[in-house]
Amino acid sequence: MADGQDRKIDAATGTELKGHEWDGIAELDTPLPRWWLWTFYATILFAVGYVVAYPAIPMLNDYTRGMLGWSSRGALDKELAARAAQIAPIHRAIAATPIIDLPARPHLMQAAVEGGRAAFKVHCVQCHGSGAAGAKGYPNLNDDDWLWGGDLATIEKTIIDGVRNPGHDATRLSIMPAFGRDQLLTAAQVDDVVAHVRTISRQDKPSAASQRGGKLFADNCTVCHGADGKGTRALGAPNLTDGIWLYGGDTDTIRASVWNSRQGVMPRWDDKLDTATIRMLAAYVHSLGGGEATPTADAGNAAE
Amino acid sequence: MLMPADPPSLYEKRKGVYPKAVDGFYRRLKWAIMAVTLAIYWGTPWFRWDRGPYAPDQAVLVDLAHRRFYMFAIEIWPHEFYYVAGLLIMAGIGLFLVTSAVGRAWCGYACPQTVWTDLFQHVERFVDGDRNAQVRLAKAPWTLAKLGRRAAKWSLWLAIAFLTGGAWIFYFADAPTLQRDFWSGTAAPVAYATTALLTATTFLLGGFMREQVCIYMCPWPRIQTAMLDEKSLVVTYKAWRGEQRGSLKKAQAHPAEFGDCIDCNQCVAVCPTGIDIREGPQIGCITCALCIDACDAVMAQVGRPRGLIDYCTQEDADAEQKGAPPRPALSALLHPRTIAYLTVWSAIGAAMLFALGARTRIDIAAQQDRNPIFVRLSDGAIRNAYMVKVRNMEARPRPVTVAVDGLAGASLWTDAMAREQAGPSVTATVPADSVAKLRIFIAAPAAGPSRQDFAFTLTANDREGGGDHEPARFERP
Repeated sequence: MADGQDRKIDAATGTELKGHEWDGIAELDTPLPRWWLWTFYATILFAVGYVVAYPAIPMLNDYTRGMLGWSSRGALDKELAARAAQIAPIHRAIAATPIIDLPARPHLMQAAVEGGRAAFKVHCVQCHGSGAAGAKGYPNLNDDDWLWGGDLATIEKTIIDGVRNPGHDATRLSIMPAFGRDQLLTAAQVDDVVAHVRTISRQDKPSAASQRGGKLFADNCTVCHGADGKGTRALGAPNLTDGIWLYGGDTDTIRASVWNSRQGVMPRWDDKLDTATIRMLAAYVHSLGGGEATPTADAGNAAE
Repeated sequence: MLMPADPPSLYEKRKGVYPKAVDGFYRRLKWAIMAVTLAIYWGTPWFRWDRGPYAPDQAVLVDLAHRRFYMFAIEIWPHEFYYVAGLLIMAGIGLFLVTSAVGRAWCGYACPQTVWTDLFQHVERFVDGDRNAQVRLAKAPWTLAKLGRRAAKWSLWLAIAFLTGGAWIFYFADAPTLQRDFWSGTAAPVAYATTALLTATTFLLGGFMREQVCIYMCPWPRIQTAMLDEKSLVVTYKAWRGEQRGSLKKAQAHPAEFGDCIDCNQCVAVCPTGIDIREGPQIGCITCALCIDACDAVMAQVGRPRGLIDYCTQEDADAEQKGAPPRPALSALLHPRTIAYLTVWSAIGAAMLFALGARTRIDIAAQQDRNPIFVRLSDGAIRNAYMVKVRNMEARPRPVTVAVDGLAGASLWTDAMAREQAGPSVTATVPADSVAKLRIFIAAPAAGPSRQDFAFTLTANDREGGGDHEPARFERP
């Protein structure tokens, strides 16, 4: 229309041409159907309705909030509340079921493991790692070696009361003397004990030093670690003969452990988490691959 | 600035189309195709197909909730969606094939828009009478009588639309159950919403939008105009035979000046999209061929040969114009492009059939735990953990054994077992038509490569047997 000339009519269709042409191809100015215009008006009406009903127009400090009061944050809160209401019965059931009875109720057990998986990511990964594989001084919870025991009830007790949690009477407590620092053993004697530990863990062949260390071990260590060095779970004394070391099994690290002793701390959780969450954490840790069966009454101290 | 004296409107009011009833070969063909397509649409969900106690007995079922697609003896899992993609590709190439062979036959006969519009127009003629009565009624003021007729017509349309929209949902659930639930108000909300939506679209598209859908909304006519060539069958007005058109009286008075077209306008009157085919091929022509029926009837009445309007290719039209005798329309079906499309179409079909016949109905997948990758056990061995999924695509439970191949000294156990029960393999029963998830621990001696490739092997322990294997990796510190 801008060229100001009367536009041509296409002979075949009787429709006006737009006026431009490329290599003999011209564009028809076909009128839109009237109903199309109506749908356009309908979308405008919809937009007006939307602006009135929903948050729409940004203002200087705020925005128009719409008459329905909808907000994405509110929608999220609603979803979270609905989810909480949905899982509340399971939480109550888990809190009401003693942990040794959980395996008999697979549905609850599965819910507990999954709930524990989520809670672990929040409360436990800082020390034990996101895969619960631990680190030096922080136990790997995937393996089959347990300081205090790997059955459901024992794991739960460890989480409830923690390990060496200061000022908590019920906490798990094991105090190994700092044999070198406190001059209970001389430096040479400590070296002999280390040689013995290296031998019973099958890392070194027996030697004169390890034989001397064996005698020292019998005098100083067997109270807690046992005559064979396999540890005592009731005292939290680790098994020194297996392939798993909390701080490391090389000579220097063992020497540092004997010299200074190790006093790792895990906080108690019963003042921070509810019963159900602790129970779920225990179920999750138990499910990682090293979980042990609940000991029967008469086989109390047999298993290692 | 000069403006045209009478600027054309940017928007165009829809012109009323009141197609006249017609009878003839193509009209009967359209009836037959309408009957078949509607019967397929309404009947399919009610066919039963016995699949045993573990699978639904509906012959064609799209089970979205359980992510299964049943089609007679074939069951498709989500991971086999490429069969559906293949069907869609075949449908697409099928349209190319049909277009290449018989022009816009899909538009004219089988497209749901055409079928339902045809049905609605039949209802319209039943209530309002034929073309002339419809035109009169449209122009008439809104009296009580007109209102009554409109109400009757729209009610019938709405009933058909409801049956159409309502039938759709039966493809997605067990039809008899859903029917009961639907009427007792206990069906899923989505069933009612779908029915309402499709009822509304059927009512609107079939009753009011009609040819507007073909001309303005549907991309297919535009694509087809690009696909038609001089060998494609199109409905052709043989102008060289018809022109100069003129009334029968004039033509009889001056036979030398006039052609066969007696300008009776019947071809325009019967056209469901309201075009004049005598203006030549155009996007509004869906090649339903009703104008051929109308013209043939008129030609018979005035004693002239049939086929003044007929299916004809551009090539044949040119030949005929130069004096060649008319070729039967069917002889245009086979030409190189048609054969090429047919070859591609059949090849895809054959490949899919072969794949369907050869596909395995049980398989295994394994994903290694990445955190931690490995765990040292107290006896010094290294443990890796895997999430192993065994997929049983048969409609019956199957006992299976999972073992490892290529990992010396390995012992396997699951999270439901103690390590003391570990062995060279684990067994499980996979429920019918489902995936069993097994968390499998593997312990192997610490001595070995830090990354060792091996394979999980799956064996079905039933009469049918079969199995699968899955490459995996064992990692050590």
